[in-house]
Amino acid sequence: MTNPNNATITTVHTAEFTAGDALKIPTLRILRDDGSLYDGAAAPELDKATALKMYDTMVFIRVLDERMLAAQRQGRISFYMQCLGEEATTVGSAAALDDKDMIMAQYREQGALRYRGFTLEQFMNQLFSNEKDLGKGRQMPVHYGSKDIYYMTISSPLGTQIPQASGYAYAQKLRGLDNTTICYFGEGAASEGDFHAGLNMAAVHKAPVIFFCRNNGYAISTPANEQFVGDGIACRAVGYGMKALRVDGADILAVYQATQMARKHALEHNEPVLIESIAYRLGAHSSSDDPSGYRSKEEEEKWRQNDPISRYRLWLIEKGWLDEADDKATIEKLRTEILDALKVAEKVAKPGIEHLISDVYAEPIPALQQQLDELKAHIRKYPDAYPVTAGRLD
Amino acid sequence: MAKMNMLQAINNALDLAMAKDDSVVCFGEDVGHFGGVFRATSKLQEKYGKARCFNTPLTEQGIAGFANGMAAQGMKPVAEIQFADYIFPAFDQIVNETAKFRYRSGNEFNVGGLVFRSPYGGGIAGGHYHSQSPEAYFAHTPGLKVVIPRDPYQAKGLLLASIASPDPVIFFEPKKLYRASVGEVPEEYYEIELGKAEVTQQGKDVTVLAWGAQMEIVQKAVEMAEKEGVSCEVIDLRSILPWDADTVAESVKKTGRLVINHEAPLTGGFAGEIAATIQQMCFLYLESPIERVCGMDTPYPLALEKEYVADHLKTYEAIMRSVKF
Repeated sequence: MTNPNNATITTVHTAEFTAGDALKIPTLRILRDDGSLYDGAAAPELDKATALKMYDTMVFIRVLDERMLAAQRQGRISFYMQCLGEEATTVGSAAALDDKDMIMAQYREQGALRYRGFTLEQFMNQLFSNEKDLGKGRQMPVHYGSKDIYYMTISSPLGTQIPQASGYAYAQKLRGLDNTTICYFGEGAASEGDFHAGLNMAAVHKAPVIFFCRNNGYAISTPANEQFVGDGIACRAVGYGMKALRVDGADILAVYQATQMARKHALEHNEPVLIESIAYRLGAHSSSDDPSGYRSKEEEEKWRQNDPISRYRLWLIEKGWLDEADDKATIEKLRTEILDALKVAEKVAKPGIEHLISDVYAEPIPALQQQLDELKAHIRKYPDAYPVTAGRLD
Repeated sequence: MAKMNMLQAINNALDLAMAKDDSVVCFGEDVGHFGGVFRATSKLQEKYGKARCFNTPLTEQGIAGFANGMAAQGMKPVAEIQFADYIFPAFDQIVNETAKFRYRSGNEFNVGGLVFRSPYGGGIAGGHYHSQSPEAYFAHTPGLKVVIPRDPYQAKGLLLASIASPDPVIFFEPKKLYRASVGEVPEEYYEIELGKAEVTQQGKDVTVLAWGAQMEIVQKAVEMAEKEGVSCEVIDLRSILPWDADTVAESVKKTGRLVINHEAPLTGGFAGEIAATIQQMCFLYLESPIERVCGMDTPYPLALEKEYVADHLKTYEAIMRSVKF
C-alpha cells in the first residue's frame, strides 16, 4: 500500500494520547568530576598531541575571556561575550572535525575558532575593530569569521545560520566533498522559526550537517523552563526524523566522542544529526548583562563546581600527559601574551574611510561613490569633528 | 509632574495602561521577571502577574503571530521586539497579517489595540545589528501606524495613544535616549494624538524636520545656523504613518525651504516620501531644493559610525545650502 501521508499507521481502536514527554533522550557521560572514567565508559581514541591541543585551547579561551571582559570593564573595548563553563562543548566538538569542515557558529564558540587556529592577533584585531580585522571593523566584538579556517562570519540575529548550514552542507554533498558542516546554536535560538525550517530542510534533502545545540540553561535572562516544555532540544530532531545524541557539555571526552560519531554518520549516510550539549552559561550573557537580576549566586556556585577544564586537567595529569607545575607557568605566560597583544591591537588604526562603502556590493555603485566623495569634502571642512579619518582621507 | 527618563516614562505608560484596562498584556523576550533587557517592563510582572506580563520563547515571528491572535480575540497586546534589527523574522506576521487583518476580512476581524514596541537607532556602538532604523519598511505597509517619540513626555503620551488606537501600531523607541533623555512627565494618564506633527520651534527662513533621536541632532544644527542669523522652524514628525503633511506644508509655505533628517539610509528612506509630497503641495513656494540629511546607503557601520551618521554638522551644512541657494 502506498503511504501518501508519509506517516506510520499502527492501528488502535481505543483513543489514546502519546504523551508529550514520551521520548526521553539519555545523556552521554564519560569523564567524572575527579578525572576518572565512569564505569563502563571508554575514553575516545586520542593521541597526546590532540589531547593537549584540546586542553591548551580551553585554557587559552578561559584566560582570553577573563582578560577581555576586564578590558571591556576598563572601557578599552565596547562589548564582550564569555563562554565560561562551555569551553568543552565547542573545543571538544571542533577537535572531532576535519579542518575543512565548515563551522557556522552563533557567537559563543570562540573555543572552536581557536581550535581551528585563529591567532591571538586575529582575535584582538576583531575585538578592537581595527584596520587589520578580517571583518574590516564592521561588527561588534566577538563577531569573528575567517574563510581560511572554514569559520563562517558570525551574524547577531539568532538562528539564521541554521537553515544556512543545511544549504551549505547540501552543497558540500553536491560537490562531492568529504566534508560536513557543524552548526552551533543555543537552546534559546532553537525557538526561532529558522531552527524548524533548517532542521526540516536538512532532513528532507539529506544534508550532511551536524546541528550542535549548546543548551546552557539561559537565553539572556530567560531560563530554559520558560523557553520550551519538551525534553530539551534533542527530542525535536527525532520529530524531524533525524538521529540525535545528548552529551554532558562539561565532559570534553563525551563531546568529542559524540561529535566524531555524528560526523561519521552524517558523511556516510548523507544525513543530518543533532547533538545537544548540556552545560551552564556561568558568565553573564554579555558584558551588557547582569545575571544577579534573574538568578542566584548559589545556583551559579553549584555549577562553578562542574568545571569542564578541571576534570579534563585531572584526566591528563593521571595519564601523565600534563604536569601541574608546567600548567601554572603556561597560564601566567598566556596572561602576559594576551595583554601584550591587546596593547598592540588597540593602537592599530581604524579601517580607512573607503571601507564605509566597500563590500556593500562587489564594486561600489555610483551613488555610493558620490556619497563618499561628499563625505570626504565634509570631513575636510570639519576635520576636528572626525579625528579617526580626517588625517588620512587620501 | 515627575522627572523621568524615557524608559521610566514608557514603564509608567505601560503601568497605567495595564491598571486602566485588564485587556492590556505585555510580553516579549526577557520582558517578564527581568523587566526587559532595557528594563522598560520592570516590575510589571510583580504588579500584574505572570499571565499579563511574561517572557516568551526566543521567536519574533512567534511573538508577532501570538500578538495578532490575542488582539483578534479582543485583547490589547503590547509586544516587545528586543531590538528593531530583530523584527524581520516577524515581518510576515506584521506586513501580511497585522496590517491586513481588518481589510482582508471586510472588518469581520481586526487587531486594533496591538502595539509592537521596539528600540531602534544608532549611537550606541552597536554596528549593523543593533543600530538600524527600519521605519521605512513599515511605512510602506498600509494598515499599520508607525510612531517614534523624541523624549519622555512624548513617549508616554504617544504610547498610551497607541495602545488606545483602534489600529495596530509599531512604536519605535530611540534607545540612545532611553536613559539620556530626561524631562518632566505628568504622572497621570494622557494621550498625544497619533498622526500629528509638532512644531517645536517657530522660525521663518527654513523648516527643519526630523523625528526620534534625530530631534536632538537637528536642534544642535539649528542653534549653529541661528548664530549665522538663520531663523529655523523645527518640526517633530512623531508619526511616520500616517504622517502630518498639512503641518509640514503649512510651515514650508511660510519658510520656502525644507531640510529633512533621518538616521536610516537615504535611498528609500521616508524623507523621499516627504520630499515628493511637499514639492507637490508647495511647488510654487519653494525657494530651494528640499535637502535630505540621512544615513549613507550602506549597512550601519561600527568603527566609522561617526563618519556615517546624519550628524549636526551635516545638517547645519544642509541648512546653509538651503538658505544660500
